[in-house]
Amino acid sequence: MTHSMTRWSAARTEEIEALRRRYPTDHALLLPVLWIAQRDFGWISHDVMELVAETCRTSPAHVYSLATFYTMFELEKPIRYHIQVCNNLSCSLCGSEGILAHIEKRLGIRAGEATADGRFRLTAVECLASCGTGPAMQVNDAYYEKLTLEKVDALLEEWMK
Amino acid sequence: MIAETILLKARMGNTDSHTLASARAAGAYRASAKTLAAAPEEIVQLVKDSGLRGRGGAGFPTGLKWTFLPKNRDATYLCVNADESEPGTFKDRLILEEDPHLLIEGIVIACRAIRCAHAYLYIRGEFCLPHERIRAAADEAYAAGLLGPNAGGPGQAIDLTIHRGAGAYICGEETALLNSIEGKKGQPRMKPPFPTNVGLFGKPTVINNVETLANLPFIVEKGPDAYRAIGTEKSPGTRLMSVSGHVERPGVYEVAHGVPMRGLIEDLAGGVRGGRKLKALIPGGSSTPVLTAEEAYAVNVDFESVQAAGSMLGSGGCIVMDETTDMVWALDKLAHFYAHESCGQCTPCREGSGWIAEIVRKIATGKGTRADLEKLESLAAQIVGNTICVFSDALAMPVVSHVTKFRAEFEAHLADRASSSSAAP
Repeated sequence: MTHSMTRWSAARTEEIEALRRRYPTDHALLLPVLWIAQRDFGWISHDVMELVAETCRTSPAHVYSLATFYTMFELEKPIRYHIQVCNNLSCSLCGSEGILAHIEKRLGIRAGEATADGRFRLTAVECLASCGTGPAMQVNDAYYEKLTLEKVDALLEEWMK
Repeated sequence: MIAETILLKARMGNTDSHTLASARAAGAYRASAKTLAAAPEEIVQLVKDSGLRGRGGAGFPTGLKWTFLPKNRDATYLCVNADESEPGTFKDRLILEEDPHLLIEGIVIACRAIRCAHAYLYIRGEFCLPHERIRAAADEAYAAGLLGPNAGGPGQAIDLTIHRGAGAYICGEETALLNSIEGKKGQPRMKPPFPTNVGLFGKPTVINNVETLANLPFIVEKGPDAYRAIGTEKSPGTRLMSVSGHVERPGVYEVAHGVPMRGLIEDLAGGVRGGRKLKALIPGGSSTPVLTAEEAYAVNVDFESVQAAGSMLGSGGCIVMDETTDMVWALDKLAHFYAHESCGQCTPCREGSGWIAEIVRKIATGKGTRADLEKLESLAAQIVGNTICVFSDALAMPVVSHVTKFRAEFEAHLADRASSSSAAP
């Protein structure tokens, strides 16, 4: 019985079945499969949740509870550049508040908001384990460390092109 | 002048230190090969004799933890805690990025010791490069037969599955980590039963930190006496100290347990930035009580010395704050972190963390009153010990220590502080 309109590619099905052999329960596949889904489909829509639920033999409601508990799953269409500036103590001691304020000014948005063109979202996040190389930010999958206003400007210029 | 004592960082620093070829050329997997001839009980005894203590925060003796596994069991799991999320801590990241084979060798040794055929490594979701590195290293180890169906000897499998977290500080708590692997929300479990009896998938399970496991190759290769020759009686070996904040040279320094904290800060990390004076130091990650400059300079880097000073060496995340730091502002950062990361399972923590963060923000912005400061202290006292896990303690300790040790600063922020109220009739 299938409800989801979304389907895995053949290669992906093979990858998931190989993973399934690594866990004694289907339930334990949930986080790995959510990651695969996010990589393939860009974000975790309700339809994708149904697909993940079928794959891991659980309820869509349970998948929903996980996708909302863990902060790294995208529940909306992803944005081109998700800028996440560390706001914790070590980075703040090294000036991350100034970095965040500068990006807010440059993008014309506050932390927690996205630009009107949908290209940038800015978030103040918790410790990225970059305390020795702060101030730090994560943009999509990459870390940017020892930030200065000049470094941030150069990056923003590049991304705004 | 103190210097680093290098056990774990020995192979780091080269551009290809993360590859199997480079690691092997420098001696990797010699120790794990040695364990193939040893009985599991012998390896456990070796680790017990070494006095190795856990590096994740609690400092529990590793060999002793292993002996808690029941004698008769049909399966055993090892979970590697690579969910490094304690603010101020970034040493496991260094191992994962620069010498993942040191960790895998430690995992193989631990699996042999506790008769585990399948280890799960739980890595925090934000760690993209570390994840890439440990996956590539595991692939290399499988291809070389160091992991896989005969890795523990003929017909003795040792499998390693890398399991990626997805953004939740609480998953570093060992039972939350188990739930997260099982496909549940990362919420801690009631103890007992302890994981060594009922752990992952209901089976006896050992959970060890990355740095803890990375110590095993040295212990196996050089023996417990050589290990005990480094460090103090109760804290043998070295410690990877993450030093951040107001220092000239932040970074991960490997020191023998027992060196003076002042040496770590001044000799290795280059001292307080800009020639300023030290005001406060958090010795073991954000959850450990803050030390005043005087206290910090009197302690040594070992479990017992920091404990005697009323704090904990914890995860070795050392956050340095100079004389210009506003301690109310510092606590505001930490309080908001804990309010954000409370998993929401227990009411005292879910509600208490939110209220604490709100009150600290109120004081930090000059709107707090004496009654708020009292409420803050009473909230911290009420959440401790009243929840399933120690997250509430991890929040209460920084609150209580900041307010107690820097009370004058908190009072100076109050809207009804003595100087303004003295003007009233």
